[in-house]
Amino acid sequence: MSAAAAVFRRELLLAARRPAEWAQPLVFYAIVALLFPLGIEAHDPALKVFAPAVVWVGALLAALLGVERIFRGDLDDGTLEQLLLADAPAPLLVAAKLAAHWLITALPLVVAAPVLGIALGLEPLAVKVLTLSLLLGTPTLMFTGGFAAALTVGAQRAGILLPILVLPLMTPAVIFGGGAVRAAAAGLPFDAPLYFLGALTALTVTLLPFAAAGALRNAIE
Amino acid sequence: MWTWFHQLASPPTFYRFADVLAPWLFGFAVLLIGVGVYGGLFLAPADYQQGDAFRIIYIHVPAAALSLSIYTLMAVAGGIALIWRMKLAEVAVVSAAPVGASFTALALITGMLWGKPTWGAYWVWDARLTSELVLLFLYAGIIGLNQAYSDPRAGARACAWLALVGLINVPIVHFSVTWWNSLHQGASILSVEGIRNPKISGDMLWPLLVSLGGFYLFFGAVWLRRMQNEVLWRERNARWAQAMVVA
Repeated sequence: MSAAAAVFRRELLLAARRPAEWAQPLVFYAIVALLFPLGIEAHDPALKVFAPAVVWVGALLAALLGVERIFRGDLDDGTLEQLLLADAPAPLLVAAKLAAHWLITALPLVVAAPVLGIALGLEPLAVKVLTLSLLLGTPTLMFTGGFAAALTVGAQRAGILLPILVLPLMTPAVIFGGGAVRAAAAGLPFDAPLYFLGALTALTVTLLPFAAAGALRNAIE
Repeated sequence: MWTWFHQLASPPTFYRFADVLAPWLFGFAVLLIGVGVYGGLFLAPADYQQGDAFRIIYIHVPAAALSLSIYTLMAVAGGIALIWRMKLAEVAVVSAAPVGASFTALALITGMLWGKPTWGAYWVWDARLTSELVLLFLYAGIIGLNQAYSDPRAGARACAWLALVGLINVPIVHFSVTWWNSLHQGASILSVEGIRNPKISGDMLWPLLVSLGGFYLFFGAVWLRRMQNEVLWRERNARWAQAMVVA
């Protein structure tokens, strides 16, 4: 457990020394959300209808920006091999790393989401549900992204492969996340899609570290 | 039996075995697809509601069934490749992906052509169609991942991991018509109820089953041939492979 805590602290320390790591996805998120009202007419009531999708898809893209780098630096300087050789179980260390990464890059996006939701004309209740749905859904995104990063870290010609691997797997999160906000905006009960999001998060956070650790072992062989 | 099975896992033995089996599979596939399509296009009666438009079912359903079966097979082969480190299973994973992607695309295209006259739209964003499209992207991811690696064994194992994780989508596609309100019709054949009490008339059903069998055999033949190519390429420095090419 102390090994996992050490990995977690190390990630936070590294991020504290490079503020760009969490600041840039945030700026990117704001810009993406800003482009949508420009694309349709500014006072179009349709904006409110599209708002849940805009906020969710924007968060997905922004959170994916840094995912490629999660294991890249560690592979280059040999830290990754030490992590996998360590006495502690590798999936636990991978999970600690991804949890730290969620705290650094995804949590700021969740905090920014209500601002964007209000700017796009969502009602207060819908904004609350939107933020809650992102809070429940972003760990899924980060752990799926971490798995994909583990798959591509050993590849020599990965290019933009990572989002292509992650985004198809993110469809349930977008369906339930957007669905909860739409239900809240329409005055319908919204707890069922939120439970589904929570279930998805429980599933991915517990199982994917094992797959990611396996993929990392494959990458350093 | 077990010794034979173990020998089959060695590339040269597999290569010779596939050389014998593939032409047979291919021959029966052509025969069954021919009979099935002829039965479907000429012998089966027109549907009372859809007229002749329903006849695309004889291509659409086998392609869609294969798109799911191939993914499942790929995940099983992937599991074998990761657990027992079997070379041939790695080859099976990467050889199946492009074939599976083709059948997924065929199912989507024939579905769109069928949707236009019967639903009035080529595409609707409902659960069955969308999850099948996601399946296509999963295949694309596996193909891309394999090509991104310069070491073929590491690439195949990465694909195996992805195939295993993506397997979650297969039951979603299959049960999507049950779990959500869908424009796509429910399962007529591949359900417990459907087998006990068929929902499709016998003279429409038999060409479909024949065609289905033919498609599976065709996939078997193509898979074996692709695996042979892949094995030959991976073992290109081995003496048996060089002898095989020269001969």
